[in-house]
Amino acid sequence: MVAMEIAREDIAHLANLSDFTLSDKEAESLESDLKGIIGYISQLEELDTDKVEPTYQVFEMKNVWRADEISTQDATREELLATAKEEKDNQVKVPKVL
Amino acid sequence: MKIADKKTSAEKMVREALMKAKQYADYNIFTFLNEENAIKKAREIDEKIARGEEVGRLAGVPYALKDNFLSPEGQTTASAHILEGFVSPVTATAVKKLEDEGAIMIGRTNMDAFAHGSSTESSYYGPTLNAHDRERVAGGSSGGSAVAVALGIVEFATGTDTGGSIRQPASFNGVYGLKPTYGTISRYGVVAMASSTDCIGFFANTPEDINLLMEIASGQDPKDMTTLPDYYNTTKLTNKNVKIGIIKDFDNESVDPDIRKALTRKINSLKTKGHEIVELEMPTLKYALAAYYIIVPAEIASNLSRYDGVRYGFRSEKSEDLDALYKNTRSEGFMPENKRRIMIGNFVLSSGFYDAYFLKAAKVRTLIVQEYEKAFEKCDYILSPVTPSPAFKLGAKTNDPVAMYLEDAMTVPLNLAGVPGLTIPAGKTEDGIALGLQLVGPRRSDKALIAFAKELQDE
Repeated sequence: MVAMEIAREDIAHLANLSDFTLSDKEAESLESDLKGIIGYISQLEELDTDKVEPTYQVFEMKNVWRADEISTQDATREELLATAKEEKDNQVKVPKVL
Repeated sequence: MKIADKKTSAEKMVREALMKAKQYADYNIFTFLNEENAIKKAREIDEKIARGEEVGRLAGVPYALKDNFLSPEGQTTASAHILEGFVSPVTATAVKKLEDEGAIMIGRTNMDAFAHGSSTESSYYGPTLNAHDRERVAGGSSGGSAVAVALGIVEFATGTDTGGSIRQPASFNGVYGLKPTYGTISRYGVVAMASSTDCIGFFANTPEDINLLMEIASGQDPKDMTTLPDYYNTTKLTNKNVKIGIIKDFDNESVDPDIRKALTRKINSLKTKGHEIVELEMPTLKYALAAYYIIVPAEIASNLSRYDGVRYGFRSEKSEDLDALYKNTRSEGFMPENKRRIMIGNFVLSSGFYDAYFLKAAKVRTLIVQEYEKAFEKCDYILSPVTPSPAFKLGAKTNDPVAMYLEDAMTVPLNLAGVPGLTIPAGKTEDGIALGLQLVGPRRSDKALIAFAKELQDE
């Protein structure tokens, strides 16, 4: 695998995936930063991992079961709604969707 | 740790801590001071003491809370603009456990926004200054907490450590800082960064204080399914004829001479105390940083997708539709470093690059876990530097993200493997800059590790 060369359209694509609107100046500096970071992380290709299983977590336990009921709800509906900027009819209000 | 009693009132302790916090205001340690509530709580404890009632193991002890722990006292912002105005209706389990024992939060401490950073310069509220040299960084991401303890404002502070965020600032300010075994302290109510490596821990002045805090805060929590069944308080201590591993791969020119000298001093002192030194080869550790900066951004991209301006915190004003609301809020609300990490995370997870980056890093993580397992067959603990160099000058690395990431090279391997690490103070340079070393143990060795740190205390 050759280290990926990142271009301006890739930055635009990643910004879109990340829900960011970037100014030209921001896109420019992110392009240069991401090139450096991707260059650095690409060094993993030096390691032979063909026969290695991946590790996604280091918690020793598996299948921690609990009853399918809510027992850890600390906040009331009113408290949670109070943290939103706008509320209407007991729901969070947002601008138009379509 | 000094607790309140009939002679020393909790109110006096809390007022003194608040006074010191104000005296050091120009260090930019706190994002919030909890004056009214803290004094009220202190008076309640004093009344209990006066009535002869039993009080907790931390009665009246003022402490500083990293700003990514949820509690209704003050805004919880994780020092990020996007969480501005968020007052949490829930309390983190760790906070509850400390306060049940009588500890009193006097303020919330500054940090790199969302704990993304190694210097506390990426805070929406500006950098915190180093406790011993105001031209240098506090370290990060828990910079405010480390400095609050180092300047004697409080006797302990909470922190979070995803890749070194407790151990590195502890080292930069000359205090103890513990990252426990993954899963030892509940993460419930703490702003998530990377769920597979996030750990809650503490800063304090002595191993004894760290131990007390662990006795209180550790244990299984039904609200965090990744907490281990309680092992901390049942661990037996066996610290005789201990074998200490030294990582040969870290002993090179890239490590600052003062840090190498400090390590040699501690090794010699351990030898004279009858402990054995074992040389270790851990060649995969040098790849841990690259693996970390794939795995952790991937988890960040996922965990930080919840910040969209809808349910809490900052919301961008001028949005015509919902999509614009998400984009404007996130664009205005995140720091540049948050954006870099989210975008890298989405890059390594995107189709076409997943196998080459995310899957590859997960496999390298296996090699790192195995390397620690092998190392701990040969020794009980590992002693190593925390960082390649002591605290650097403010601004020195802010324009070079990779240089900033390299700060974490010696701390991230532990998080990938889930093993505990304790920063121990190791003197100062000629210029008075703090030095530290980290003591690393196998999983669940936390209690013995902390006890062993007493052997390494400066004479």
